[in-house]
Amino acid sequence: MTTIAEMPAGFADKVLSAQSTFRSVMDAMARPGSVQRVAASVGTPAGMMRGSAAIALTLFDHDTPIWLDAAMSATPDVARWLKFHASAPVVADSAIASFALIGDAANLPALERFAFGSSEYPDRSTTLILQVDSLTQGPAFELKGPGIDGSALLQAMIKPRDLFQRLSINEALFPRGIDVVLVHDDNIVAIPRTTRLIASGV
Amino acid sequence: MYVAVKGGERAIENAHRLLAHERRGDRDVAEVTLAQISEQLALGVDRVMTEGSLYDRELAALAIKQARGDMIEAIFLVRAFRATLPRFGATEPVNTGEMQVRRRISSTFKDVPGGQILGPTFDYTHRLLDPQLAEGFVPEQPAIAEASQAATPRVTDILGRDGLIEPSPQADGDAPVGDLTREPLSFPADRDLRLQNLARGDEGFLLALGYSTQRGYGRNHPFAGEIRFGEVEVEFFAEDVGFAVPLGSIELTECQMVNQFKGSTSEAPCFSRGYGLAFGQSERKTMSMALVDRALRAGELGEEVGAPAQDEEFVMSHSDNVQSTGFVEHLKLPHYVDFQSELGLLRKLRQEFAEANEAVEMQEAAE
Amino acid sequence: MNAPTYNFAYLDEQTKRMIRRAILKAIAIPGYQVPFASREMPMPYGWGTGGVQVTAAILGPDDVLKVIDQGSDDTTNAISIRKFFGKTAGVATTTSTMDATVIQTRHRIPEASLHAGQVLVYQVPIPEPLRFLEPRETETRRMHALAEYGLMHVKLYEDIARFGHIATAYAYPVKVNARYVMDPSPTPKFDNPKMDNCAALQLFGAGREKRIYAIPPYTTVVSLDFEDHPFTRYRFNAPCALCGADNSYLDEIVTDDRGGRMFVCSDTDFCEQRQAAGHHGTESAAPHKEKAHV
Repeated sequence: MTTIAEMPAGFADKVLSAQSTFRSVMDAMARPGSVQRVAASVGTPAGMMRGSAAIALTLFDHDTPIWLDAAMSATPDVARWLKFHASAPVVADSAIASFALIGDAANLPALERFAFGSSEYPDRSTTLILQVDSLTQGPAFELKGPGIDGSALLQAMIKPRDLFQRLSINEALFPRGIDVVLVHDDNIVAIPRTTRLIASGV
Repeated sequence: MYVAVKGGERAIENAHRLLAHERRGDRDVAEVTLAQISEQLALGVDRVMTEGSLYDRELAALAIKQARGDMIEAIFLVRAFRATLPRFGATEPVNTGEMQVRRRISSTFKDVPGGQILGPTFDYTHRLLDPQLAEGFVPEQPAIAEASQAATPRVTDILGRDGLIEPSPQADGDAPVGDLTREPLSFPADRDLRLQNLARGDEGFLLALGYSTQRGYGRNHPFAGEIRFGEVEVEFFAEDVGFAVPLGSIELTECQMVNQFKGSTSEAPCFSRGYGLAFGQSERKTMSMALVDRALRAGELGEEVGAPAQDEEFVMSHSDNVQSTGFVEHLKLPHYVDFQSELGLLRKLRQEFAEANEAVEMQEAAE
Repeated sequence: MNAPTYNFAYLDEQTKRMIRRAILKAIAIPGYQVPFASREMPMPYGWGTGGVQVTAAILGPDDVLKVIDQGSDDTTNAISIRKFFGKTAGVATTTSTMDATVIQTRHRIPEASLHAGQVLVYQVPIPEPLRFLEPRETETRRMHALAEYGLMHVKLYEDIARFGHIATAYAYPVKVNARYVMDPSPTPKFDNPKMDNCAALQLFGAGREKRIYAIPPYTTVVSLDFEDHPFTRYRFNAPCALCGADNSYLDEIVTDDRGGRMFVCSDTDFCEQRQAAGHHGTESAAPHKEKAHV
């Protein structure tokens, strides 16, 4: 069991680290498929990548229920760290989560288990934070949609392999839907619900 | 040669300097102190605390001084400060039944347990300007008697014992307390949010709406069941120690209106309630609030909703004087870019109108 | 006394997190108005509190901020807001559209094309484009949910029947990404085409009405119109009297009470850059400088 003294640190500078991390996430969301870097230094509990940890400290608080997948909840470290640094409640029901932290993306639950929002309030949806194997190498994904000038090319090693096929549900659901932030180490890529896959290659 | 307007920064600085000068007024006249405002303009301070949503007499007095006595400006100053304060949580519900009562009246019974207590009130003063007050007036000491040990149960509780009035809705103790300063409002709104909105709402707006219900726009036959003003204890449940710790006491005014019945074939008829609560001594505010609270319950009580005071979205969207003053006064800001676009359109429409008329006239002349 | 102390960029961190989450949703759902718990700001509602909260939530120490009102950096409200961020966030400020990373605006979109990486923050008084047709939020929210925008077309069509034209000269409604009808804030309709496929991120903040919405870069923004009454821009047909520009939006300056008028660029930075580059109009002289008062 970790004590508070052993707890991985939060941000060195809460205010400015949160600001710079937010700008990376905002740029990622505004330019889907583009790789943004999280520069802030932050401690990471076991199982969490630096990008995920920085995003958590930037966006989570007691108003945001968090759902953890099996990998993130394998030890109590992540939940305890979130509670200590962000006062964020960890919930068992993924359908009421504001954010879901996915450590083992290969076993990503069916998207229907998360909140899509309602037609009146499509913003009341779960944002997935998905840790992946690479955001610079791997199969190519050609993307289009708002935020993209023509098309964008993302090279990434993503499990589940069919993530984009699953996310195509966003097209039928819109304006309801699921927004995703992919994380590898300190790289992040956002796939908001408006992004469409044009083609994927090897 | 045309030179565009510049020097706005200096204009602002100079305007603020002039404002400070005007605020001070004639420098041969003694400066008003915060204690003087707090002690001698106490009802103004109460209003600023209530609508400013912050119980701090000294800050409210400062706001009134800074605002040159403009109450809405003072309320705005307090609100803007309040918005920067960290929020630790919600206190335990205050128990107004155990209020140290300084004034307490009921219009529904001749006498009530604990007695009618007139207290400090303008009621029954003859509104004759009093020249004695102009300067140096030393009032008599107030009459003093032994404090009564008798309980002063709430009139609505007395009615409630016989089931004559609907029970006061009990909040789920574990449910979070709504706070419209932390969560954006959506409609329909729960009563906790409605009451918060009304408590922060402009006294004049609520007064007018309450009055309109009395004149038939959503009439609900009110009786002032009880108005009480005094001190109550405030307690905060501290998780660390595991029990509620007293934070101190505050002055409150509470108004419970007793209104016309509700009931159905399955439910015995009983009186319904309207509720008002405010910091300090704020009777007009709490009475208006209680009338409007009751009016807003029309839908819930199966009454037809039609009058302005019954329209939740209308009332709640327009009650806040900080919001309304901002938007009304923003018309002072430059709008010349839009006006220019409007002007261009109007000129074009007028030109087309003139051309069309000319064509008609020419045609008529030719015929 | 409880003496006030304030955080970087004024807002506390909890408030910034809440606004930041709303901004991300707004970007993900272009044109949809995200409710947020707008705070009481130390400036009146209706004077840019929404824009100020959005700017405060995104601003960092490396940003360069430009603030304009009516296209001008020198209007009192623009100065006031710029000073607020100078004081609370210590950020660099500029009047140059090109050099700014964050531009907060009231009522105009700069003439110069914005570039990738810039953020344009609009101050919005009434974010709901349907509000003047239907005052109830419960109703307008339903209309947006169903993309039921017939009422708006009826209104525009009634204008045509009555005046022969769509009688909306500013805050001219647009459709974003072929889904949400959106209020562009009270910019003159001249500026509407600049929102379409813009390289910069556009964020809209309405403080009193507690809404944030966004147009991501490179997003389709179409001004509502009819085939037989297509959308047209309006600009007074004259060159700028100072820089000679014939493609910029103009302010009408009343020069006397006998009908005298002159027209100059509303975008003061655009006009000054052109004058500095040697362009002249009928009224131009040496670049104007603020007269020193002692």
